[in-house]
Amino acid sequence: MRRFVIIALLATVLMPPLAFAVQPDEILKDPALETRARALSQELRCMVCQNQSIDDSDAPLARDLRLLVRERLQKGDTDKQVLDFLVDRYGNFVLLKPPVEPQTLLLWTVSPLMLIVGTGALIVMARRRRNVTLEAGRLSADEQRRLDAIVKSGSPD
Amino acid sequence: MTPEVGHYALVLALGLSLIQAIVPLYGAQTRDVALMRLGSSTAIMQFVFVALSFAALTTAYVTSDFSVVNVFENSHSTMPLIYKFTSVWGNHEGSMLLWVLILALFGAAVAAFGANLPVTLKANVLAVQAWIACSFYLFILFTSNPFQRLPRAPLEGRDLNPILQDIGLAIHPPLLYLGYVGFSIAFSFALAALIEGRIDAAWARWVRPWTLAAWMFLTIGISMGSYWAYYELGWGGFWFWDPVENASLMPWLAGTALLHSAVVMEKRNALKIWTILLAILAFSLSLIGTFLVRSGVLTSVHTFATDPTRGVFILGILVFFIGGGLTLFAWRAPLLRQGGIFAPISREGALVFNNLFLTIACLTVFVGTLYPLALESLTGEKISVGAPFFNLTFAPLFIPLMFAMPFGTLLAWKRGDLYGVTQRLMAAFGVGIVAIATTFAAAGAQHVLAPFGIGLGFFVIFGAVIDLTERVALFRRPLGTSLSRAIGLPRSVWGTAVAHAGIGVTLIGIVCASTWGTERIVAVKEGQTVSLSGYDLTFNGMVQRQGPNFRELAGKFTVSQDGRQVGALSPSKRTFSARSMATSEAALLSQGFSQLYLSLGAVNADGSLAIRFYYKPLVLLIWIGTLIMAFGGILSLSDRRLRVGAPKPAKAKPANPKPDLQPAE
Repeated sequence: MRRFVIIALLATVLMPPLAFAVQPDEILKDPALETRARALSQELRCMVCQNQSIDDSDAPLARDLRLLVRERLQKGDTDKQVLDFLVDRYGNFVLLKPPVEPQTLLLWTVSPLMLIVGTGALIVMARRRRNVTLEAGRLSADEQRRLDAIVKSGSPD
Repeated sequence: MTPEVGHYALVLALGLSLIQAIVPLYGAQTRDVALMRLGSSTAIMQFVFVALSFAALTTAYVTSDFSVVNVFENSHSTMPLIYKFTSVWGNHEGSMLLWVLILALFGAAVAAFGANLPVTLKANVLAVQAWIACSFYLFILFTSNPFQRLPRAPLEGRDLNPILQDIGLAIHPPLLYLGYVGFSIAFSFALAALIEGRIDAAWARWVRPWTLAAWMFLTIGISMGSYWAYYELGWGGFWFWDPVENASLMPWLAGTALLHSAVVMEKRNALKIWTILLAILAFSLSLIGTFLVRSGVLTSVHTFATDPTRGVFILGILVFFIGGGLTLFAWRAPLLRQGGIFAPISREGALVFNNLFLTIACLTVFVGTLYPLALESLTGEKISVGAPFFNLTFAPLFIPLMFAMPFGTLLAWKRGDLYGVTQRLMAAFGVGIVAIATTFAAAGAQHVLAPFGIGLGFFVIFGAVIDLTERVALFRRPLGTSLSRAIGLPRSVWGTAVAHAGIGVTLIGIVCASTWGTERIVAVKEGQTVSLSGYDLTFNGMVQRQGPNFRELAGKFTVSQDGRQVGALSPSKRTFSARSMATSEAALLSQGFSQLYLSLGAVNADGSLAIRFYYKPLVLLIWIGTLIMAFGGILSLSDRRLRVGAPKPAKAKPANPKPDLQPAE
């Protein structure tokens, strides 16, 4: 099954036969290993689906990948080894969180950079505005002279 | 005959929109009131014709007129009546017709309720509205005509996609579109202001109700879509960071920022240029949302390339309005005079902080959604950006935003006292810390971050409460005084507090459901009992049932807690014969704000049945929180000051009538 909104808004969607995401027979005996398998599944993309993790997807490919993840875990792979194995096979496309690489540098850095730039711009603008205010608040030499005269005489001009 | 009437009505609407796109604008330039007024009549007539067109398509659906291609492809004679109505927009062509119907509705609303608008501003706003309408009529008529006929009418239709045969389709798309299209009004106002080269606090006062209304619809629309996905998809997720969901989240984030910056502009005459820019961006993102979903570019860059007619058309609309809007902005915005000086620590400063974080959050979603598309079309390399990426990058932006919220509403305009505000928020801090401690005590230290999320939620809710109690001086003045003050408070103040509290409620729901939810995936045999989080689920066998246009196989389950039965669950699998497709209908049982969620899997060879049984603690708070937010919006909208077309408060006529001077706003 695909995501509802896609379906709601796209005209037609080809539907894979209805099955089930994680099947009871896939679940590992060892709960700790199974928890790791589930966590890993959520990081991995079902490559024939639209942006679905293999944990959510009921496509046959997703089932194969889930079984593969569990098989590797049972053989004693670490989480990283499992991910590396899958990336070797399928490329970065299989990772839902892309690694930081030259091609994805912009993806990872654009928001923090813009946050810094935005904050910097705001600080600069606030400073400038304050200076303008201070400038506006200060009297020119001529005005100061008039003010002094007023204060001295006690009445305006 | 009816479809042809609908088709013709749409062509007439196009003609009217062409007139409206030019004449009022010319009138505004030459100060010709008659020409300017023309826009109001055409806007209302456009709505009449689009409504007629929409009614024609609806008639074709309700009467199952399969000679119309669109009806043939998306309807079936045995479908329940409600789905015959909703399937009108359950497809590309019909949904675009709904889009222009709502656009015409908003245009007519401006024409009808905008009597107090300056005549030139109104003329320009309606002209810009007509440009948008015009481009979408052309899009429908040339690439997505829902009134196309078949030479020979088939006997039966192909049925609506079974997943869409749900009440969710009646609610979610119309609300979402009301939100998307609602932002077009803010956009038109922004462009009209740029054309006139003049903008003031009164402008913000006129724009705010429209933005607020659009924001409310979008909030509920997104939230109801999320609930629909939650119960329909069978695995109980509520937000997937799917590109299509992101497409609706981006205008929401920009719209929320716009709502807040418009406050600064209205009250303090500052942030004018920024507000205009946000108004352009909010609608641009709505258009991008439409483009992403409509063009097929999401499925694959290649799909887009193989059938580019629609995609390229929408891309053209996109370039024209976003590019044109931003160019006009760059050209004319320097004409707008900035006003209102404020210190960094002030209400304005807090709202600027809000805007910065909301905009960056929006940018994060934007980049994450479009980066894979851009990278693939530039280098051919495919990457995936999914939920793990967004969870990691979005949360660090939203947490400071939520933390700053209670401070912002308590800070004074111009120059605030952060130390004083912190003191006044002590009670909320206290509640937050108690919540953190209680959660740790109850749930253990297994999840370190989650209790802090709960604490933040409580802090936000009680921060909103303190905002109100401070304003009415509760316990510091006699209760009667506080009460009369509470009644006298502007509705928009109540609205702010309620909406902010709603965000806290949603946060608590999200944290609880995603941290402490439990699940069992097992195969059960008849009579067998499965336990989960203190609930016992007993399987009592299967039944076959016949629906109007489907057959279903339903499981019968009872749920008990401590030996006492608390309810029954009956999830099912439906088979729709027309498309020979199957859907899975989950069964839900609410226990307070928590839910038990059960969905069916395959029936195994040994007669056992695969089930997924979830316990989702406090999950309902997610959607209740968004409804509270929208209710805050309604309260704010009912503020006399903002009410669309509200009559001026009646003043007692003074004995010696003075000339009726309107205050210069």
